Amino acid sequence: MPAVLIDDVYKRFGDLEVLKGVSLSVEPGQVVALIGRSGSGKSTLLRCINGLEAINAGRIEVAGHVVDQDPKKLRELRKDVGIVFQSYNLFPHLTVGQNIMLSPRITQNVPTAQAESLAREVLAQVGLSEKFDSYPDNLSGGQQQRVAIARSLAMRPKVMLFDEVTSALDPELTGEVLLVMEKLAQAGMTMLLVTHEMAFARNVASTTIFMHQGKIWESGASKEVFANPQTPELRNFVSAGAK
Amino acid sequence: MLFQDVISRWPMILNGVGLTIVLSFVAIGLGLVLATLMSALRSLAGSWAGYVVDAYVELMRNTPFLVQLFMIFFGLPQLGIRMNGLEASLLAMTLNLAAYATEIIRAGVDSIHKSQVEAGLALAMSRRQVFQYVILQPAFARVWPALSSQFVLMMLASSICSFVSVQELSGTAAIIEADTFRSFETYIVVTVIYLVLALSVKLALNWLGRRIFPQVSGLARVTEAHGEAA
Ligand SMILES: Nc1ncnc2c1ncn2[C@@H]1O[C@H](COP(=O)(O)OP(=O)(O)OP(=O)(O)O)[C@@H](O)[C@H]1O
Ligand SMILES: [Mg+2]
Repeated sequence: MPAVLIDDVYKRFGDLEVLKGVSLSVEPGQVVALIGRSGSGKSTLLRCINGLEAINAGRIEVAGHVVDQDPKKLRELRKDVGIVFQSYNLFPHLTVGQNIMLSPRITQNVPTAQAESLAREVLAQVGLSEKFDSYPDNLSGGQQQRVAIARSLAMRPKVMLFDEVTSALDPELTGEVLLVMEKLAQAGMTMLLVTHEMAFARNVASTTIFMHQGKIWESGASKEVFANPQTPELRNFVSAGAK
Repeated sequence: MLFQDVISRWPMILNGVGLTIVLSFVAIGLGLVLATLMSALRSLAGSWAGYVVDAYVELMRNTPFLVQLFMIFFGLPQLGIRMNGLEASLLAMTLNLAAYATEIIRAGVDSIHKSQVEAGLALAMSRRQVFQYVILQPAFARVWPALSSQFVLMMLASSICSFVSVQELSGTAAIIEADTFRSFETYIVVTVIYLVLALSVKLALNWLGRRIFPQVSGLARVTEAHGEAA
């Protein structure tokens, strides 16, 4: 059974049709990159997968849950589906450790001691063990983003969504975040990621999907997609250096 | 000038100061709890609950405190609810402060970037949990200075409670003045006491704010960053 199954999904914001019949599937352990111009609907698609946006038509299944706007079902789904945003969105009033422990404690009733060892474990995974008691504001952007990834991992998700997680970072900080994601991919995490890092998509994602005007324009094995783009739109996009 | 007549009544004055402090602290404490609940209601319950809270806030903010106090002290007995002056004062102050604090907290809640809410929801929190664990503390930190001023204003406005014969500081002053006929001296002493009280409360609240919200400056910067990224 696919980890993510998207079937003919439509999404409108008022009169603006943003997703126009998108279908795709992601197998467990697969890493899929979503690329495309600004405004092509990549973020919207990702946000529909964990129900942050409600779809107008079609069907989405993820980690064994059907996406439904019922709040209780959504919470169950979100325990299994992590998302990391471009702007980190750490909670500024909580330390790194508290940021990570909060949701396991209040949504999964993990006892404090256990939540703490869980937090230390995921922090080690992103290489930030020593930052347990720091406040987010005292971390670099790259470190904040790694904490955001750790915070998601502490929920023990089955699927991880990443929305341009390195776009707000200085180039020298991009590498440390991509490295964490690469390790995660190697460890077998199912990942769907929106990225402008074409090298990363080509090397880490097995499949790359090119979105254009709210549709999947072209997709296939990443190496193929980048080496032999079939449509003029993708050719343009790839040769334009992807910004 | 003869301050002696006034100063010699210091036990009475001290009593008045004590009552002013107790009245203010209890009303501020209760008012703040009420305001937090009303803010939660505004954010979480259906729109009708929001309208009710808004109507209440507008009612209290657009009528004089003296009239509110008289409504409770003289008006409620008509409905069979009888209170002494102290109880009426406490209720009036609590209800009045709650309205102003609700409005202030609302500004704090509104200042929290939507991306913080989404981060909480994406981590499987319910809306109530997001409000409680993600929004509330930064919102309070953001508006703590405004809340602090409102607390001081409330403490000063407690002088109005002397109208329902509560012998807090101003009520005490009126009695001393009537006894001694030394209006000027009496009110100079009282003015100085109010000033010292107000400044002390302000300093204490600043200190408290820095203790409870150690990363306030960070909060401001983080909101800006979110604003740009979003
Ligand atoms: N909440 C919203 N309300 C109205 N319009 C929206 C909303 N969110 C997105 N849109 C619009 O939907 C379209 C697709 O947006 P989306 O964020 O999915 O694009 P994207 O592919 O992620 O672009 P980018 O690379 O810039 O992040 C855009 O035209 C955007 O303005
Ligand atoms: Mg986007």
